[in-house]
Amino acid sequence: MANTLFDKIWDAHVVSLIEGGPTQLYIDRHYCHEVTSPQAFDGLRNRGLKVFRPEKTICSPDHNIPTLNQDKPIVDPVSRNQVETLTKNATDFGLTLYGLGHKKNGIIHVIGPENGLTLPGYTIVCGDSHTSTHGAFGAVAFGIGTSEVEMVLASQCILQPKPKTMRINVNGELKAGVTAKDIALYIIAKMTTGGATGYFVEYAGDTIRNLSMEERMTVCNLSIEMGARGGMIAPDETTFEYCKGREFAPKGDVWEKAVAYWKTLKSDDVAVFDKEINFDAADIEPRITFGTNPGMGIGISEVIPAPNPEDEAGKISYDKSLEYMGFEVGQSLEGYPIDYVFLGSCTNGRIEDFRAFASIVKGKKKADNITAWLVPGSWMVADQIKAEGLDKILTDAGFELRQPGCSACLAMNEDKVPAGKIAVSTSNRNFEGRQGPGSRTILAGPLVAAATAITGVLTDPRKI
Amino acid sequence: MKEKFNIITSTCVPLPMENVDTDQIIPARFLKATSREGFGENLFRDWRYDKNGNPIKDFVLNDPTYSGCILVAGKNFGSGSSREHAAWAIADYGFRVVVSSFFADIHKNNELNNFVLPVVVSEQFLAELFDSIAENPKTEVTVDLPAQTITNKVTGKSESFEINPYKKHCLINALDDIEYLLSKKDEIEAFEAKK
Repeated sequence: MANTLFDKIWDAHVVSLIEGGPTQLYIDRHYCHEVTSPQAFDGLRNRGLKVFRPEKTICSPDHNIPTLNQDKPIVDPVSRNQVETLTKNATDFGLTLYGLGHKKNGIIHVIGPENGLTLPGYTIVCGDSHTSTHGAFGAVAFGIGTSEVEMVLASQCILQPKPKTMRINVNGELKAGVTAKDIALYIIAKMTTGGATGYFVEYAGDTIRNLSMEERMTVCNLSIEMGARGGMIAPDETTFEYCKGREFAPKGDVWEKAVAYWKTLKSDDVAVFDKEINFDAADIEPRITFGTNPGMGIGISEVIPAPNPEDEAGKISYDKSLEYMGFEVGQSLEGYPIDYVFLGSCTNGRIEDFRAFASIVKGKKKADNITAWLVPGSWMVADQIKAEGLDKILTDAGFELRQPGCSACLAMNEDKVPAGKIAVSTSNRNFEGRQGPGSRTILAGPLVAAATAITGVLTDPRKI
Repeated sequence: MKEKFNIITSTCVPLPMENVDTDQIIPARFLKATSREGFGENLFRDWRYDKNGNPIKDFVLNDPTYSGCILVAGKNFGSGSSREHAAWAIADYGFRVVVSSFFADIHKNNELNNFVLPVVVSEQFLAELFDSIAENPKTEVTVDLPAQTITNKVTGKSESFEINPYKKHCLINALDDIEYLLSKKDEIEAFEAKK
């Protein structure tokens, strides 16, 4: 029978099928952070259980951690307690912990791939919706709730209904100034915020095929923003090249065998998807969002569209969204004054994002009205920034680099955008209050963020 | 929270917004607790309270006209983050059922794992239910899990809803997935051995 990439990996991990119910799926890799895990570990304690396969879980605090003075105790006692609770849980249950101060610490979706812990063909879960990032390697990776974290800890399995499959093909050459983030924001706007709910998406087409691993991670990372259970890209030479030699990737004969298997991980030519959608890369320009969900996006040269007149229920939410943002239908946002710029997160906190940002700000100066937070996704990214001399370019332009973590993406630490202020953010969500109570967020790629940081107003990077 | 589920008849709390994301259900700054209790206080925090912590009068949870253990919400409820805290907040507040025409996947699983029943109804049923509640805030709805039906008691209209038989069994008997998975240890080890 012809199979999709998703089916091949899913089917290879089915332990049992419950009649009329979910699948019992075996999990190869479990990532764990401090926010969604404490109640799961308590659950194990209450039931008197151990972690079933401790070597398959990797812990790293990332959501709460400060991005300055990480060598000092965390000031917020509630955040500190959560980070310390993860340390205690990892220690009590014998799990690998890349704690605060560890050279492997960072955003869990950044450190997994860079250490070779994420590999093609794996099933990967984490109590975080952006686990879809790891699908870039040709893995079935998805976010789960805390009850499910407890299931994985207790049994290395999870009960999941099998999602439907969707293929999104993007073909053609990208225009100058268009990044992977713009591709994803374009797709999400076309699909809407709930348009892929119930589906697992495979991204294909020559545009996707020509992306680097980091760009593929950005695209897969944002799959959840159109509701998809996950997103994935078939592994190829780009994938193997990225994985080869990474610390936990297989070596020697085992590597050769692994690559031979990974080469079989692609959708069969005649595989049928429940839904198939095509986009043309030439239609994509640098993107921004204007509303309070990632589907409310436009090309940077476009104006805010009117809501669908036939969707009365939707109009209430649309109007509320524009009211929150302080925007109106027909408005162009180019030239709109901006207060904050955030470069970072599991979406755009990798080395290529810092290279892109530096390419725009090189030899220029940060605008005085902009507060800029540049937060590498991990210490490995931070070290690479230094090794390439990007830190010098950024410092000369008036920027400072902070220490790794999730930071202003969800503002669980001190990096909060104040009420009423507006940020151009390379993160993944523009929900009301996402970057701090009352804050307003425009999502964009690293080039738009950099151009805006230089001019102080929302700026098309092609005009710099 | 782990309460057996059977037939529930209740008045409803209407929230006719679409795309209600989990950041609105429970904002990130309230995710720092390490237990499952007490999240109900901060359910819909930033819609419910102003920045000084005073209740915002026209938000539905602050309006004494509406009460009951059934939350009725616009389509695509629970989008965004996987935080189970959103389901804990809904359950802790006292809701047993959430009715919508469409749920985000992860949040739907999270509700089920916390013995809150997500009931997917047609757009038409949802629109009529909002109308009924607007006309009469004491509108009652009956959710019959064994029969898999939901009834608007004002219009008398009834719809059947889907739930997989396994989860239905879990809800009716207050059983969770971990107990099931623990009973499968031998199969898991056999699976690992042949991998």
